[in-house]
Amino acid sequence: MTHPQPEPPPRAAARGGAAAPAAPPHPPAAKPKARARKRKLSWKTAFKRDWQLYTLAIVPLIFFLIFKYGPMLGNVIAFRRFRPGGSIFGDEWVGLRYIQMFVNDPSFWHVFTNTVVLGSLTMVVCFPLPIVLALMLNEVRQQYFKKLVQSISYLPHFLSIVIIVGMVMQLLSLEGTVNQIIGAFGGEGIPFLQRAEWFRFIYVGSEVWQTIGWGTILYLAALTSIDDSLYEAAKIDGAGRWRQTWHVTLPGIRPTMVVLLILNIGSFLNVGFEKVFLLYNPLTYETADVISTYLYRVGLVSNNLSYATAIGLFQALIGLAMVLSANLISRRTTGTSLW
Amino acid sequence: MVTDIRTPDLASVKPRTTQRTRGERLFGAFNATFLVLLCLGMLYPFITVLAQSFSSSGAIKAGQVSFWPVGFNLDTYGAVMSNDMFWRNYGNTVLYTVVGTAIAMTLTTTYAFVLSKPHLKGRKVLIGIAVFTMFFNGGLVPNYVLISALGMKNTMWALVLPGAISVFNLLVMKTFFENLPKELEEAAQIDGLGWYGIFGRIVLPLSKAVIATMVLFYSVAFWNDWFAAFLYLDKSELFPITLFLRNLIAGASTTASEGAAAAGSTTAQVSANIQAVTMILTVIPILTIYPFVQRYFVSGVMLGSVKG
Repeated sequence: MTHPQPEPPPRAAARGGAAAPAAPPHPPAAKPKARARKRKLSWKTAFKRDWQLYTLAIVPLIFFLIFKYGPMLGNVIAFRRFRPGGSIFGDEWVGLRYIQMFVNDPSFWHVFTNTVVLGSLTMVVCFPLPIVLALMLNEVRQQYFKKLVQSISYLPHFLSIVIIVGMVMQLLSLEGTVNQIIGAFGGEGIPFLQRAEWFRFIYVGSEVWQTIGWGTILYLAALTSIDDSLYEAAKIDGAGRWRQTWHVTLPGIRPTMVVLLILNIGSFLNVGFEKVFLLYNPLTYETADVISTYLYRVGLVSNNLSYATAIGLFQALIGLAMVLSANLISRRTTGTSLW
Repeated sequence: MVTDIRTPDLASVKPRTTQRTRGERLFGAFNATFLVLLCLGMLYPFITVLAQSFSSSGAIKAGQVSFWPVGFNLDTYGAVMSNDMFWRNYGNTVLYTVVGTAIAMTLTTTYAFVLSKPHLKGRKVLIGIAVFTMFFNGGLVPNYVLISALGMKNTMWALVLPGAISVFNLLVMKTFFENLPKELEEAAQIDGLGWYGIFGRIVLPLSKAVIATMVLFYSVAFWNDWFAAFLYLDKSELFPITLFLRNLIAGASTTASEGAAAAGSTTAQVSANIQAVTMILTVIPILTIYPFVQRYFVSGVMLGSVKG
């Protein structure tokens, strides 16, 4: 490369630049004792030196223990009989009874299938679209126009799911815009939200509306960090715009894609509970009912708390297993991983 | 400036070529057209709800409202705004947002500060405790049982405490703190300042920008939340506005799905109006601040993406 291109701004600039020059990290303790530190510090010395830091961590740790790890331990009621008003960890062991119950419960497998279908559809549609949009935005030359598009497309991300669903319902109601259009072409009005066959489409469509813009942020950031000289080189080699996109741009954002894909896979089974819950009704249970809504009804409406916990635990474990394996696979194959 | 974490514009990618071929111009035109259509499509739901909020219920019922109000009136706004419960729930939302954000910021900032000290013994464990909760959690029922057992049902605490630390936000702050110049802290230590002093008098003042970002993240989350309220609150005078709205919408859709299409239509159409107005009034605060704070959100996301 004969023309030295200006380097893209280093990441640090994103955080406001003038930060520390790459000084080797060393413990700030300036006491002579610490300077003669051994590699391994005993806990006693550590506490003595950093007790103030440890005390700062106490309240947040209590928070984690109670509100995050408490419910995690509370999962034992999947294996114990739970009596309302009794211990939150249940009263007596019942072994795998509740597990057997849901394994033999046809409704469970029904909602399981629904969850997998809805989750896959969402992932297949909502994962690639932000990439496409980011690439399109990247081709826009008028900066004000680009910013405008970005601002507008981020907007739905900031709205409460209640508002999102409210708007979806207004659009799809019998008097709403979609039916107005159908009516203009002489068609019969369709009560979309009462039709099970439309549910998945509505869910995924509104999910796209909500996430496509916001999802571009990380890709756009990755796009800015692709070295311009790569494009120059590709051009010298005779690559047109499409081939530049294919051979330079896409590989440049691949790490971002992989990380987001892993995260997506992890949350695959947690299809947006709140959205399904707000959008569905008994008429659409057939396609709309997912694991989380089912366990909500079983657990908190019908009060089978242990049973619902067993289902929830199963779902959480699958989610965990999927993140771990996606991460492992990606580390083996692409060298990119979350940790 | 260290305090300025606003991103350089994502938009500032340099144009790659100087002259464009005909195909490129064609593509550019197609691209721009597509993006304009996309934006219109994305804005349309807002526009139609706004139009409905000013329309007469008869026009909505007749399916005449799309871009523009039909039968313009402000009566629906008047009706909604004269509802005491609406204002009370609106006030609740403000209260929950303020308290929740305050608690969340305190916990997140202190913990992020601790985690950002690379020399701290046990730091890995402390990080692990937080990060693990991103990938595994207790589930709906155990959470519910816990909150009930703690006696928090029908109190504000059920809404503001469980969400007090978002691990994502925590990692964003940690990354930010890690990138502050070490020299300042070292100098402060030599001057005899303890970690409390360093945190309160050096780190926090230097971190105004990231703090602002996190305040925005948390307050939008608390403002928008409805499900915790739905689970843990029974008394309507405690509801946040989102739950108020949800009940309006759910009420309207049950009426509709119960097949009372002919007879019950009066209630259904009135609430289409009222729903629209309530939606507009609920999003107004967010829409008002959105143009000014959008880039802080973006920078927050980018900070979080830097591997910590």
